[in-house]
Amino acid sequence: MRQTDAVIIGGGPAGLAAAIELRRKGIEDILILEREKKPGGILRQCIHDGFGLTRFGETLSGPEYASRFVRRAQELDIPCMTDTTVLEVTPDRRVYASSSEGLLEIQAKAVILAMGCRERTRGAISIPGTRPAGVYTAGVAQAYINLKNKMVGKRVVILGSGDIGMIMARRMTLEGAKVLGVFEIQPYPSGLPRNVEQCLNDYQIPLYLSHSVTEIRGRDRLESVVVSQVDEHLSPIPGTEKEYACDTLILSVGLIPENELTWMAGAKEDLGTRGPVVDEHYQTTVPGIFAAGNVLHVHDLVDFVSLEAEALADGAARFIQEGALPACPLTVKGDSLVGQLIPGRCSGQEDVTISFRVRRPLKNCSIEVCQGEKVIRRVRKPKALPAEMIQISLKAEELNPNEDLEVKVVC
Amino acid sequence: MEQWDVIVIGAGVVGCAVARELARYRLKTGVLEKELDVACGNSSRNTGMLHAGFTYKPGTLKAECAVEGNQEFDQVAAELGIPFKRTGKLVVGFTDHDRENILKYKAIGEQNGVKGMRMIDKEEIHRIDPNAGGEFAMYVPSSGILDPMAYTIALAENACQNGVEFFFDREVTAIRRLSEEDVYLVETPKGIFRTRWVINCAGMFASKISAMLGYPDYPVKGFKGEYFILDKKAGAFLSIPVYPAPNDNGGFATHATPTVDGNVLVGPDSYVTEDWEDYKVTKEHLDGLIADGSKMFKQMKRDYFIRNFAGIRWKRYDPETGAILDFKLESDENHPHTVNLVGIESPGVTCALSLARRAVALLAKVEQPQANTDFDPVRPVNKRFSEMSREEQAEAIRSDKDYGEIVCRCETVTRAKIRRAIHNPLGVHTVTGIKNRTRATMGRCQGGYCETRITEMIEEELGIRPEDVRYSRADSYMFTGPVRNLKAAGSTAEEGGEGR
Repeated sequence: MRQTDAVIIGGGPAGLAAAIELRRKGIEDILILEREKKPGGILRQCIHDGFGLTRFGETLSGPEYASRFVRRAQELDIPCMTDTTVLEVTPDRRVYASSSEGLLEIQAKAVILAMGCRERTRGAISIPGTRPAGVYTAGVAQAYINLKNKMVGKRVVILGSGDIGMIMARRMTLEGAKVLGVFEIQPYPSGLPRNVEQCLNDYQIPLYLSHSVTEIRGRDRLESVVVSQVDEHLSPIPGTEKEYACDTLILSVGLIPENELTWMAGAKEDLGTRGPVVDEHYQTTVPGIFAAGNVLHVHDLVDFVSLEAEALADGAARFIQEGALPACPLTVKGDSLVGQLIPGRCSGQEDVTISFRVRRPLKNCSIEVCQGEKVIRRVRKPKALPAEMIQISLKAEELNPNEDLEVKVVC
Repeated sequence: MEQWDVIVIGAGVVGCAVARELARYRLKTGVLEKELDVACGNSSRNTGMLHAGFTYKPGTLKAECAVEGNQEFDQVAAELGIPFKRTGKLVVGFTDHDRENILKYKAIGEQNGVKGMRMIDKEEIHRIDPNAGGEFAMYVPSSGILDPMAYTIALAENACQNGVEFFFDREVTAIRRLSEEDVYLVETPKGIFRTRWVINCAGMFASKISAMLGYPDYPVKGFKGEYFILDKKAGAFLSIPVYPAPNDNGGFATHATPTVDGNVLVGPDSYVTEDWEDYKVTKEHLDGLIADGSKMFKQMKRDYFIRNFAGIRWKRYDPETGAILDFKLESDENHPHTVNLVGIESPGVTCALSLARRAVALLAKVEQPQANTDFDPVRPVNKRFSEMSREEQAEAIRSDKDYGEIVCRCETVTRAKIRRAIHNPLGVHTVTGIKNRTRATMGRCQGGYCETRITEMIEEELGIRPEDVRYSRADSYMFTGPVRNLKAAGSTAEEGGEGR
């Protein structure tokens, strides 16, 4: 059986950044396993620009952003096996993977989970109607159009104002399709404001808030969708139905961390993020198994995925070199307005960065990090959107090593 | 014109079972199907339950064929190489009225020859499955679960391997009898089939074919039901089908059933529909399933929903009394060389082979066909990659490197498995057909990862253009054409150009 210091599962932005940073910290024996033909992850199909402003101070396309990491990993001679799918990770960090070359069995000192996320589907949100061809998730449509050169339709309705949905609205318009509108069930857009501007407004694509698709029609290929307004409980309002003739429905209704391997390894799930519970070292509840990027919680910008994976490398390298990390007995929790909170645990003795999102758009609020009655940090936010991650970095000296942390939003 | 001994109309579970039983004889047999694959109608739109046979009136074909079909199924599943579990079933009750109805059907079951049924208390329910609801229950040991698509495909592939030919996209539009030549001309938009025998297995459209053959246009009524499919995570909580007490007519309301592949089905409810192919799901009924399903299965959560579907039981009924009638199986001298099967609905999957044997026996009574001594009831199958040990997986990849390429991650389906399905003698060329044969796209990501790979494999393996790939039905195109004309631009698609 092959032995390595670190096996990284996933050669996307998280996996690549973790690998490069681990090497920089002196870890020699690293192996990246990637199920696609090439490294780069989902960025390979994101041919629009806007990546890299935070990380590199310039705006890049997805493939350009990814290639900076791919090239760096190549320069550092970090091996990346492509066309290789991991079948199982055991709690004692044994990794089984399959490729046309054979079945791999690897014993790793540390396993880095960087599998990314997947899209929520029609079935998961139970859209009523028939089941014709022509209903695609935004990412699948994007893969067909940008990677496979196949056009999926001509007259398009988009459900959900997630970033990929808005980007696909623009993309399909540029390729000659007619996008009839983007329909969002929430009373606010779920993607970034810049995408509402640059992908919808600039192309006169209407955005309908508090609307949802309530029926899919068509026998063989999609023929139309019925759209209804929804009330404050997100329930369709009878009498508001409107039918749109179309051949394509694109769904951009949410992303879910892809954690099948994580649960197989026995890591505990965080019901807020749907990713694993991690501590300030990005270590899951299974010692030596770490997670970063969208597998942990869905990020707004890839720049933060890279930064998070780089931060992970610190703890992972220490684990590889020392065999263990300091205990993290303190819990970190959010109040009812706080979601997607990372990390769930910390030591209270080292610097820690807390990331989260607000659950609904807020104005003029302040965010307080508390230990017991004591507010250890207060950040004022004139505006906070669920589409945007908020990060607060705390220094070790600010923390009480004996008291749990809570993040509160005060309006 | 080519002359057939037998033309079977319809490639649902009954048509495929008849085809497979006909293959035991030296008869040139063809199957005509209006869709692009087998099991496109209600054969694939049901619970996948191997029924025990305790709700059907004694002496009916339903009762007789269900009990017979149930008892033989271990052998059938082994021959055809399909997954099957004899899980047993719990019919749970809450009220005295429930108990009365359960006991009534227990007595009927005993009369029908169903073995081993017994009443159990709450404690024993809990012991059998802690996630089952109910104050008391009847435990029925002989019930089982199977994948009705896999079963229908296996019957068809086994028939095909034994010489039966299948013709898809052939909707029968008319049947003419040439009495002097003793043949039928079966017309489809894609050609006429000249045959000595016609066997009607057209499922919900069987009355139409029945009328074409000169039999009555039997009235049927559609009882539609909707279902949720739950994630395998929910499957971990349910080991046995849990049904509510039957109503006064022997029907069951919403139930929860583990599938043979480890998911959970919640449904169906039941309501009358007028449209033949009314397979749409509705908010009203899905909401109803959530409410009723939670009584049967304590882990009924939205988080577990991965898909939903609807099916219709087209029941033959008496227009004067409204009473539901038995399956119709007939063949007589006034309609020479025909076998007519009408009103075959639930428990059609359980009864398919028993009905098929009876149908073929009616043919064999008229003429004594020569036995096909080469008939092989065993369908060769390869073990699923996901069920192999690590050593077996390594060996499989060594023997065929396509075993190493995982196309569908959720269900661990390999390129080898999909390639073999496409190139099986029966074959498949739709995304849904590949799904039903391999389980690719059936997992929780619903094709988010593998659908692009599957469409590409269909194009490569069959040498067709993207525009000609079909999702399920004849006009269910997936692509309208290339995004850009890359040859003119002097470049190639990233993956097409540098892939394989």
